[in-house]
Amino acid sequence: MTSSRRKSPYVSGIIDSSPFILVIIPFASLFGVLATEAGLSVVETMAFSVVVIAGAAQFTALQLLQENAPTAIVLASALAVNLRMAMYSASLTPYIGAAPLWQRAICAYLTVDQTYIVSVAEYEREPQMTVRERVAYFMGAVTPVVPLWYIFTYVGAVLGTQVPDSWALDFAIPIAFLAMIAPMFRTLAHVVAALVAVVVALLAAGVPYSLGLIIAGIAGMMAGAQTELWLDRRAETAP
Amino acid sequence: MTDIDTGTLWTVIIVLGLGSFGLRFVFTGLVGDRAMPPWVLRHLRYTAVAILPALVAPLVVWPAATDGAFDVPRAAAAAAALGIGLVTKNTILAIITGAGTLYALLYLLG
Repeated sequence: MTSSRRKSPYVSGIIDSSPFILVIIPFASLFGVLATEAGLSVVETMAFSVVVIAGAAQFTALQLLQENAPTAIVLASALAVNLRMAMYSASLTPYIGAAPLWQRAICAYLTVDQTYIVSVAEYEREPQMTVRERVAYFMGAVTPVVPLWYIFTYVGAVLGTQVPDSWALDFAIPIAFLAMIAPMFRTLAHVVAALVAVVVALLAAGVPYSLGLIIAGIAGMMAGAQTELWLDRRAETAP
Repeated sequence: MTDIDTGTLWTVIIVLGLGSFGLRFVFTGLVGDRAMPPWVLRHLRYTAVAILPALVAPLVVWPAATDGAFDVPRAAAAAAALGIGLVTKNTILAIITGAGTLYALLYLLG
């Protein structure tokens, strides 16, 4: 997706993140359905999606609440799943850190996997963008995603238990994430980072409180950084 | 219906909401435009390509819907989405191919 500088950054953001509409609809509906099946009211389900706005963490919390896990464990596990948001925040800082505080606060609330991935990919492609343009692009990337997250949580909550298991909505998440990741493998370092993360994630699956995810993520990031250094050194010594 | 305690539920919603915002705000909000060291930036470049595969891998190998048993339709759908994504660099085509593979195999394998 090459972006033309003639379009406004906001519109480019909308266009680039619009494929996620296909993902957000089943994902948000699924949360609404599962929350209702767990006995949550429509208001409680909506509050979950509006206040927390993080699918994977919401599913984790819901799962553990149903198992009557202690509140501290529910919170620790769901926040561990969301630790990647801190990494996203760090990764966005060089690009939008100079924006006014209130804009950074709004961007922080709206940082989800889709908006982060689309925005960072664009910032890397178009290094000459101004901070203002980057924030506008970010808000564009949010537009097809976040309102649908609220709306379809509601739809799922209202449909509730009528959705049959045969729809296999559970697998919307893996398919979506894989489809998002694939175009990001631009260098050998990206591929190594992903492979190491996958291997460590599978080996660390037994680590409690979803911490395996964080361990695997850090291992993958270190592997990517080391590969990049190695490639740089090799390029320097080449004739 | 399960009996999730209302007080516990609201505690989780509110604390998880504040905590999630805190995690998203910690760097953009507090670091702002102060420069970060190059080694930090070098690691941050690989955040998305490391975290998302790590999140997905266990879901593909041990899907919750089959109680953790390896499932051919789901594994094939994952492979199709990744493969088409790698070849075409087209997210939407990859999603459609993945979903199509999943439903076709779920139907064929009953």
